[in-house]
Amino acid sequence: MKVFTVFLTCLFFELALADLAATSVNFESQTITIALVQEPPQLNSMKATDQVSLMVLGHLMQGLVQYDRRGNVIPGVAMRWELNDKEATFWLRDNARWSDGNPVTAHDFVFAWRNALKPETASEYAFILYPIKNAEAINTGKVAATELGVEAINDVILKVTFERPTGYFIKLTSFATYYPVREEFWVTKKDRYGADAVDLLYNGPFVMTNWTHSASLNMVKNQLYWDKQNISLNAINAEYITADTRARLNLFIDGKIVHTRLDGETSKDALTQRFRIRRFTTGSVFFIEYNHRPGRPTNNLNLRRAIQHVFDADEMVNRVLATPGNLRGESLFPVWLNGVNDKFRREYPAPLAIYDVAKARQYLALAKDELGSIGPLVLLVSDTPTATKQAEYMQGVLGNKLGLELKIDVQTFKQRLAKMTSGDFDMVGAGWGPDFDDIMTFGDLFASWNLNNRGRYNNPQYDRLIRTAMNSTVPRIRMDAMGEIQQIVHDDAVILPQYEQGVIYLLHPRLKGVVRRVVGTDPDYTHAKVVP
Amino acid sequence: MLAYTIKRLIAGVITVWFIATATFFAMHQVPGDPLMNDKAVTPEIRANLEKKYGLDKSKTEQYFIFLGNMLQGDFGISFTQQNRRVNDIIRDHFPVSATLGLLAIFFATTGGVLWGALTAIYRNQLPDVIIMFFVILGISVPSFVFAALGQLMLVNINSFFGQSIIPVAGWGTIWHMLMPSMVLGLGTMALLTRLMRSSMLEVVNEDYIKTARAKGLSPTRIFFRHQLRNAILPVITVLGPQIAAITTGGFVVELVFAIPGLGRYFVQAVQQLDYTVIMGTTVFYGAFLVLMVIMVDILYGFIDPRVRLS
Amino acid sequence: MSTYQPVAGDFEPLTTQQQVEVISRPSLSYWQDAWLRLQQNTRAIISLGIIVMLAIFTLIGPLAWTADPALQDLNQVSQAPSWPKTALLVAPYKSWAGITLANYESPDSYPTTVPAVTGFKVLDNPTTQRVRLIWDPVPGADGYNVYRNNREPLDFNDLGLPLGSTYGDQISYEDRLSLEAREYYYSVVPTDGLDEYEIYTQAIVTPTLALTPDEALERGLISDIDLPGQGQEIVIEFHPFGTDYLGRDMLARLMQGARVSLFIGIVAPFLYVLAGIAYGGIAGYFGGRLDAILMRFSDFVVALPFLLFMILFKIAFGIGPGESGILPMLIALVLLGWPATARLVRGQVLQIREEGYIEAARLLGARDHYLILRHIIPNTMGVILVTLTFSVPSAIFTEAFLSFIGMGVAPPTPSWGSMCNEGVKTMLSHPHELIFPALFISITVLAFNLLGDGLTEALDSKMRSRE
Repeated sequence: MKVFTVFLTCLFFELALADLAATSVNFESQTITIALVQEPPQLNSMKATDQVSLMVLGHLMQGLVQYDRRGNVIPGVAMRWELNDKEATFWLRDNARWSDGNPVTAHDFVFAWRNALKPETASEYAFILYPIKNAEAINTGKVAATELGVEAINDVILKVTFERPTGYFIKLTSFATYYPVREEFWVTKKDRYGADAVDLLYNGPFVMTNWTHSASLNMVKNQLYWDKQNISLNAINAEYITADTRARLNLFIDGKIVHTRLDGETSKDALTQRFRIRRFTTGSVFFIEYNHRPGRPTNNLNLRRAIQHVFDADEMVNRVLATPGNLRGESLFPVWLNGVNDKFRREYPAPLAIYDVAKARQYLALAKDELGSIGPLVLLVSDTPTATKQAEYMQGVLGNKLGLELKIDVQTFKQRLAKMTSGDFDMVGAGWGPDFDDIMTFGDLFASWNLNNRGRYNNPQYDRLIRTAMNSTVPRIRMDAMGEIQQIVHDDAVILPQYEQGVIYLLHPRLKGVVRRVVGTDPDYTHAKVVP
Repeated sequence: MLAYTIKRLIAGVITVWFIATATFFAMHQVPGDPLMNDKAVTPEIRANLEKKYGLDKSKTEQYFIFLGNMLQGDFGISFTQQNRRVNDIIRDHFPVSATLGLLAIFFATTGGVLWGALTAIYRNQLPDVIIMFFVILGISVPSFVFAALGQLMLVNINSFFGQSIIPVAGWGTIWHMLMPSMVLGLGTMALLTRLMRSSMLEVVNEDYIKTARAKGLSPTRIFFRHQLRNAILPVITVLGPQIAAITTGGFVVELVFAIPGLGRYFVQAVQQLDYTVIMGTTVFYGAFLVLMVIMVDILYGFIDPRVRLS
Repeated sequence: MSTYQPVAGDFEPLTTQQQVEVISRPSLSYWQDAWLRLQQNTRAIISLGIIVMLAIFTLIGPLAWTADPALQDLNQVSQAPSWPKTALLVAPYKSWAGITLANYESPDSYPTTVPAVTGFKVLDNPTTQRVRLIWDPVPGADGYNVYRNNREPLDFNDLGLPLGSTYGDQISYEDRLSLEAREYYYSVVPTDGLDEYEIYTQAIVTPTLALTPDEALERGLISDIDLPGQGQEIVIEFHPFGTDYLGRDMLARLMQGARVSLFIGIVAPFLYVLAGIAYGGIAGYFGGRLDAILMRFSDFVVALPFLLFMILFKIAFGIGPGESGILPMLIALVLLGWPATARLVRGQVLQIREEGYIEAARLLGARDHYLILRHIIPNTMGVILVTLTFSVPSAIFTEAFLSFIGMGVAPPTPSWGSMCNEGVKTMLSHPHELIFPALFISITVLAFNLLGDGLTEALDSKMRSRE
């Protein structure tokens, strides 16, 4: 018995001490520990779509170009490039290496882009390659992948032929779907490509050494990376995977991770702990999408105008969402988008709907005349707490100020998607995040051919303006078209913009150089370093 | 005994088959499918995907294909994690949930039996009132509150000592397992306390206890030899399904304490309508539950010889 | 030697004598006896009292306290219980363009340090509608960040919530983020458009609680928009239990939630325990083949994935969006809840049917249903009552979960369980949102627990002898 007790005590201390050593930053070894919000579904750059996978891939791989701290495009695997209306040419550096020692060549890009477009790969982001000639045709199965307008002149020169002039193409190539993939490696893996740490080749600043599913993911500095002398961190360890914000805050307070996102409730704890809270606007726009199909009450313009004039975006952002960082929703286009010389929203200010209950009621009366009576409207939302809270708020607003009954249809993720696709809603709480760093990622949302236009808004003038913007590379022409689109979205009340999402987060004070991005790897630890 | 066990196992297999069938057809009835996502894909890509995953066949055909695969032990590949086989997912993550669950059951059972016995012995006195107060609290407050509070307590303990003594989240050592399993076992512990209490109260009045006391046996011996064994039967009855429930229902605890268990996968699979994972985990859990029930029934017969089993 | 000779007349026939044994009390049946004992049990009386009070709260409460549970008051979000408050009437809010520097140009290069911001102050009277801050421009800075804290910052890392950023030519900021009538410490930090310079300037501001005439009119606090002048104080709604995350009155919501929760919490467990008793009793008593089949079916029901089948039920019952599907939810709860009781009862029945008195009664000619109803079930009462007590909170929380995924009560109708769900999120900062519904659930559970205890003591024949 005595021996047993002694044994237990030793075990206690040994196990206890084992954990004391682990902290989130280490200056000598330049390692940091982070937590992931969820397990990355897959790390195949040709198919990845979710935030976590893209963040991890952004550290493990690199495309032709990358972004610097201030959001400017700088060389990645490509040293320099040239762009005109018809084609783009990239000159690759000769010291870019894969983690198995082989050089990164233009052939790797050709293979990856062709593969991403093949219909059987079923990549959801294939559309981002569409500016390339024949890309859409390949993706819809009309022509073979070898017809893609991309050619490796030799190992270090890559030539891309466009389907139509695309001024922002260079920026596109920083996205994950454009990353290179080595063909000889891929054929040895096929379906297993990206399944585990050994099933990937890396050409980025870090390589993945270990991936224990749902538990941890470890990355260490890539000794073969061409710019390795500018990388300070030696290892990034994702030791915790949980979606619970409070759990991550507890880990942060306990000194176990360097970064966590806060929500309204956890921000108050963070204040009590006297942590430095930082703010970041994610660049996503949240709005209510109307169902424009004929037969639906929301097809009626006056009804939509009534709602537009009774919604107070300030109140929603400041009292309902109540976390700093959110901006009031005024337009389809968020504030971070670039215009010709300055931000788009500064050059083309959003038309504002003035909050006016009396006017709203007039519009409602007009709508009632045209529609007869208006039955209860259905607002479709997902089953997350924030969505239901916002829906309840809308219900209160419409009920109290307009006397309109709003029913809230709470659906789990897939059921909500099914209903959205089949058009079984009047209004749906929706959001859109940017796919690439150009205004078109928001602009074409409500073009009649866009499958994401679930409300089936159909306006030939809108379509025409989009085509104008798509077919021109002159910034003034494109931005003017987008300015008109912004006006149409307001005049026709296509959607009800609610807010532009902002997040607040914590960062370990001794970790410097972490970059937050709207488009691209976010958060980006590549050039971070631990200071003493 | 052997014949009985074999009969039960055969019946168990049939039960699991029923579970699989019911779940399969229910799953396909629910609107939506694993291929739908926020970013819509073109109809051509969608058709390709359906063909690739066999979703373009009729439901009956898919069912028989699934059945065939299941009999070979192959549950396919997950839709959401397209590089992982369902079998691998279960194999990697079930032991974690099982360890957590068994530890929770251990806490719940020892605690429940102990507190229950105490309340019965000190009936209507102070210990009884205090314990029953906590029992009421234990069942009125939902588990996610306890999980959050438990984690908070650990954070405070660590900050009090100035360094991280007990891990706040994660998995790996026994220290990671303590708080999550205690939180997980709380609800069951409250239930078992209550059951034990009412069961003990009945036993305490039995004649054979009076006889034992008259015979001169010490109270401890009476307690362990007679009272406990007889009172524990309802606890055993409920233990089987409770083990299964705790092992499968650890979702909230796994989420809050960042534990890589199977519970999280299962709930996410239903939300994402990941057909293969749903089927794999349901069949697996079903088999596990049936096995637990069989074991408990056999155990019951051992403890109480009066109960004939067939 | 006896010389006595019996003579007729010495003996008389014995008449009916007084009985030695007299039944001094009226004869009582089992249930009448139990009821009498129950009445004497203090705990049971207390629990009955609590139940009566809950009934009054639910049924009569809304008549006494007429606040609208669905009315959102965004000026009083998440307020703790307090005394009635007064607010100031101010001019309607007009959006503010702020102060922008004309002819501003971004600096060509960014200096390593800049001086602190000067002239940081409030523009005019700060109210909970808006706080307007202005400051003087700092040469070399290309932007400013504004922070707000609830207490004085100790250092640069403790500035509080980052409210917003401005471009280099904007030297003002309007704060409208959930303002309360308390002291705030604002700080402004110059930036180079991306990074901050580590120097800050502070201003202390206490906004007054204010309402615009529109808001007051909407709530019926004033009758005519011109009548009370601006600058006048009016009394705003009183919320004795505080408000929730959308400013709705907690007391009214608790009353409305009581209906749903108590109905579900009592009726559902009652129903499925009844079903469980019947099922488990039959299975345990008859044993053999029937027992095996019934128990396997019960295992089957337990192993089905809960969420999946709930979604399916919702569709099968055709509940439209926003409709209260209380009946389908009740059915769903019952359908999924009976196996637990069934198992327990069956276990007890297996034990009891081996008892001597069962055998004796059978030999006396008792039928099966008589044995089950009259002898076996009452002896399982202890276990049954425990299950019943435990089913109440379980049903309430399952109902909350179902409402959350769209089955059951639709928003804005509250239930205690769903109020708990929402209250947990603000558990640490606004505990009243969780404490009140949890308290009510606990009281309900306590009442049924005590009642159960009292019933056990009243009904249990063995415990009777221990008087």
